[in-house]
Amino acid sequence: MTTPSRPPHLAGHDLHLWRGDRAVFSGIGFEVAAGVCLQVTGPNGAGKTSLLRALCGLLPLERGRVQWRGAEVHADLGAFHAELAYLGHDIGLKSDLTAVENLYYEVGLRRRVDRAAATAALEQVGLGPAMHQDIRHMSAGQKRRVAFARVLLCACPLWILDEPTSNLDAAGQALIGTLLAAHLRAGGVAVVATHQALPLPAESLRSLVLG
Amino acid sequence: MSARVPVLQAGLRLMSRDLRLAMRRAGDWLQPLVFFLVVTTLFPLALNPELSRLRDVAPGALWVAGLLSSLLALELLFREDSLDGSLEQLAISGVPFAWLLWAKTVAHWLLTGLPLVLVAPLAATALGAPAAAIPGVLAALLLGSLALSQLGAIGAALTLGLRRSGVLQAVIVLPLAVPVLIFGARATALAIAGEPIAPPLYLLGALVVLGVTLAPLAAAAAVRISLE
Amino acid sequence: MAWTWFHRFGSPPYFYRVAGTLTPWFAWPAGVLCVAGLVAGLALAPPDYQQGDGFRIIYVHAPAAWLSLMVYTVMAVSAAVGLIWRMPVAHALSAACPVIGASFTFVALVTGSLWGRPMWGTFWEWDPRLTSELLLLFLYLGYMWIRSAIEDTARADRASAVLAIVGVVNVPIIHYSVLWWNSLHQAPSVMKLGRPTMPASMLVPLLMMLLGFTLYFAALLLVRARGELLRRERSTRWVAEVIGGAGP
Repeated sequence: MTTPSRPPHLAGHDLHLWRGDRAVFSGIGFEVAAGVCLQVTGPNGAGKTSLLRALCGLLPLERGRVQWRGAEVHADLGAFHAELAYLGHDIGLKSDLTAVENLYYEVGLRRRVDRAAATAALEQVGLGPAMHQDIRHMSAGQKRRVAFARVLLCACPLWILDEPTSNLDAAGQALIGTLLAAHLRAGGVAVVATHQALPLPAESLRSLVLG
Repeated sequence: MSARVPVLQAGLRLMSRDLRLAMRRAGDWLQPLVFFLVVTTLFPLALNPELSRLRDVAPGALWVAGLLSSLLALELLFREDSLDGSLEQLAISGVPFAWLLWAKTVAHWLLTGLPLVLVAPLAATALGAPAAAIPGVLAALLLGSLALSQLGAIGAALTLGLRRSGVLQAVIVLPLAVPVLIFGARATALAIAGEPIAPPLYLLGALVVLGVTLAPLAAAAAVRISLE
Repeated sequence: MAWTWFHRFGSPPYFYRVAGTLTPWFAWPAGVLCVAGLVAGLALAPPDYQQGDGFRIIYVHAPAAWLSLMVYTVMAVSAAVGLIWRMPVAHALSAACPVIGASFTFVALVTGSLWGRPMWGTFWEWDPRLTSELLLLFLYLGYMWIRSAIEDTARADRASAVLAIVGVVNVPIIHYSVLWWNSLHQAPSVMKLGRPTMPASMLVPLLMMLLGFTLYFAALLLVRARGELLRRERSTRWVAEVIGGAGP
């Protein structure tokens, strides 16, 4: 893998998003350097999910620029996506495959992964023997753990997570917090929409309130 | 961590994922085939069971039945992936999206189009086609089903997530499929009559090439719009 | 220079004003040309030596058929412009087209059927041009239905733009394949006149009608596009001013 030219850094300038007639959000700006997490909060319907999806490139922004590593994201979307791991509301797992198979096929599109690596990632999220079950037989909390394992396995510097702790018990929430902290310590960047308090030191946390 | 995966391999992995998924839901994937046979059966029932008379309508009947069943089969192309969120993960995977969608379309053709082609000799014989016509029938349906897959992917992509999209998908795809129908049915008719089938086959081949080069781009654009 | 014009034209209030000014310049000549063309075609042009007076329906049929294709092209081009440059005016133009185009197609089908009746003895034959027109009508209907099926206007604009572009690429292919199909079966194709070339007295009214129809389309398109724009931008200030009477 070629060495990236600049350190991980995500910035948004003057972001506007419209849905039909009304503005979902306007004039949003932020900067997140390596090792920092941007926590996006706001009431329901304030546009947190829309902001995250717009950052991923799934929703077109009416106005504004997004920069990753100092370069315009739209100039090379492919390269941006290669460094992005997104966990959205729709978990993005195939119900008819097992957890291991899901990781093998999904992450395997972008990285060389073998089943050993997939198994290790699933153990990291505390899934244990359930990892060989079909996704359809899992609880919502287990599914979310598998989706998080996919984020881990991608080994991407930028994480965009939409309510990563929903459906998780207290132990699960603590685990996500630990893994997120480890990602930031390794120099990664994260944008997380969540109501929960994130167990991160103050210098690693920025806040953005919508609505 | 580990290295990037070459684009070709990514496409193959996606295809193998879709094939594996289809094996676990084999019943779903057999339905378009059964539909094809049912529709083919309707023609002698509605017209005239004499094989000599059926032979005249055989090309038309085979192609109409094939067209309709490939329309039904489009349901299986993108719908599941869009419902569980894996389609949007593909869109932001960093692998060229048009290529991934094409890989899915090829897998879909292997599971729906190819079985149709393999069953077609049976249906053609049942409609009065002579045995000598079978290679020609196979060739025409092979190329035609490939072209229809590409075209259908555009229709499926445009109507993703819409209510009652099946009919709308049909209304959009069928007029666009008319050239495939014309050339394919003509080739089949020539084959049954024992005449050389090269001209319409070449035209059909040209449509396949056109479809393969342009359709994935249109489908990718349409899917991205549906994901908004 | 041309680019600044392009982007100025793309501004909704500017387009609204300019379109309003231009409309009568298209509408009046259209009316004059159509009336003159009809008079010349129906009364002044000599009868065709093979079809007698029945051919005169060409003065409505041919321009309608020509326009039905032109409207689809305009629709596809403005949809493409809207998609690539994200211009709301272009999308509004594209949204205003299909009803006009479908109407022209319908007129072409009806007049074509009436034209063929004396020759064929039936109201319908699978003449290649009529068949192509019928398929074009289906393409228009598909475009209109996909627009109405998607609730979000922006998404409907973009999805239907992809369909229009795919359609416009396919229209020549469909037309060619229908011609090819027709040539195999020697089905009746009588949409031609007795003489190999048309004399001026027959041609001039035809061109007048063609130009008249085109100008009519332009005028109608501008009117409908203005209405589309008002509807789409109803929550903006410039629309409030227009409705309040401050604007033209």
